[in-house]
Amino acid sequence: MSVELLNFIETVLNGLMSGVMYSLVALGFVLIFKASGVFNFAQGVFALFAALTLVGYQTGQVPFAHLINELFGTNYHNWYASMPNFLAILLTMVTMIALAWIIERLVLKHLVNQDPIILFMATIGLAFALEGVGDLMWGSDVKVLDVGIPSGGSIWLEEATIGLAAEGSDYYGMYVDVLNIWATVIAVILVVTLALFSQYTKTGRALRAVADDHQAALSVGISLRSIWILVWAISGFIAMVAGIMWGTESGVQFSLSLIALKALPVLILGGFTSIPGAIIGGLLIGVGEKLAEIYIGGYFETGALENWFAYVMALVFLLFRPQGLFGDKIIERV
Amino acid sequence: MDDIKVTKNKKSNTSEDVLIVNNIEVVYSHVILVLKGVSLNVKKGGITALLGGNGAGKSTTLKSISNLLASERGEVTKGSVTFGSEQIHNLDPSQLVKKGVIQVMEGRHCFEHLTVEENLLTGAYTRSNNKEVKDDLERVYGYFPRLRDRRTSLAGYTSGGEQQMIAIGRALMAHPTMILLDEPSMGLAPQLVKQIFEIVAEINRKEGVTILLAEQNTNMALQYAEYAYILENGRVVMEGTAESMRDNEDVKEFYLGISSEGRQSFKDVKQYRRRKRWL
Repeated sequence: MSVELLNFIETVLNGLMSGVMYSLVALGFVLIFKASGVFNFAQGVFALFAALTLVGYQTGQVPFAHLINELFGTNYHNWYASMPNFLAILLTMVTMIALAWIIERLVLKHLVNQDPIILFMATIGLAFALEGVGDLMWGSDVKVLDVGIPSGGSIWLEEATIGLAAEGSDYYGMYVDVLNIWATVIAVILVVTLALFSQYTKTGRALRAVADDHQAALSVGISLRSIWILVWAISGFIAMVAGIMWGTESGVQFSLSLIALKALPVLILGGFTSIPGAIIGGLLIGVGEKLAEIYIGGYFETGALENWFAYVMALVFLLFRPQGLFGDKIIERV
Repeated sequence: MDDIKVTKNKKSNTSEDVLIVNNIEVVYSHVILVLKGVSLNVKKGGITALLGGNGAGKSTTLKSISNLLASERGEVTKGSVTFGSEQIHNLDPSQLVKKGVIQVMEGRHCFEHLTVEENLLTGAYTRSNNKEVKDDLERVYGYFPRLRDRRTSLAGYTSGGEQQMIAIGRALMAHPTMILLDEPSMGLAPQLVKQIFEIVAEINRKEGVTILLAEQNTNMALQYAEYAYILENGRVVMEGTAESMRDNEDVKEFYLGISSEGRQSFKDVKQYRRRKRWL
């Protein structure tokens, strides 16, 4: 194999893997959008909040430490005991479920049957509020997240591919981050579980029913409240997974919430209402970005093609297929 | 003509009445007064019709019984709704479905992206006995053989008549004792309307399900119902047995289209002006 071909494969592979990371974020959006018709702008902050909480539990931080110290003149910052990863993740999950419940209670319940734009505005408010709460609870410093997922280049892949190039050529093997491989495996498991759940269980069917028609779902005795709490909890869980992956890669900092913006083009490509769409959209964006950066990035003097290419792709898609690749078929009977 | 009551006196509630709506007032978005004191009695095991034109308040009445109002920002501000011996106006719809009251909404409201069979199964959401649910599914297919043929197609792609069948079948899957049926004739061909009404009557007969039917198709409704109420502008203006209604000159003129003079509605006839009723 020629070095060019191998480079191409490597680029695609890396694109696919970083695409999975986008998909993870997009997945949370799709779930909530399907079930409650809300475009949840706070999904990125969800991921941030989950990651912050996880690190907080792990390292034994005292939540609201600054507030407590300020109010009572104490000086607590740490329990001086760390928690095992498993327990910390479990507790974070519980926290995200509680968060879903609180959001339903405080926000959604009062906005039943309002226009989508009003709900959207509410989630923007939610995003800022949650960011504030996260700051207050765990502090705003950049934290290192390590739950034991290995990262760095995969040596195995490097060694396996080094021999593929022609003898004597200057080739050092492919570089693929192990973290990304993990993310891919986890994403696949998540999606398959979700698909099975929504297709073959009673609750899953109710979930799809709610997505189709709130009123009719109510009329057959499906409790919107419990379905919404469930959906927000699931997407909180997905946000946690995304938060762990992104947090491990680049540290837990407040700019993490901006990954929500990266999910937008993914959603436009894949369709707002399709779980497979979120995955494939993410992969396409990932691959597209990497290929564009490598092969046409050189023609742009400013570089950093990766930062804006996804949005251009989304724009083109909006022109030709506004419902996205896998968006709900617009069922129209005449 | 004697059994027609122009609602002046409160009808005494008998033990046969499974549902008693007592003088309810409904307000949407805290400002829009839609029902201005509606009272109904629905007899157990029968078909009671709720007639009236567009915007008379038929759907609102049904929704205030099934409590779907809350999701449309409406609320019952006065009066009470009693089912069996229980006050039900502050139960939420899922609790009501468990108690056996289910509404088939106007305009079908099928789950478009679910298959016909999945649609029917969502009707059984509140039930946990899988075997009974399976038997009920067979029963529903018995009433609507056409649904069995189309069980795997998406509900969004079925015809209007089939969607109405899905909606009724879905309600049956909840194993109700009372169905609030809102405008089953909407947008259907006369032939199909007849067919749907036949099936509804059959369900009523065989399953003993009490039916409260809101209809604009007065002619059809009076053929199948035993007792009827006419709503106009958020008030009950007339009630009586279906027979007496069919023979009533004013009903003929206003709702059955057999007209002679220039009178258009009950408000033009002095004797039907509803008097204020103090409970």
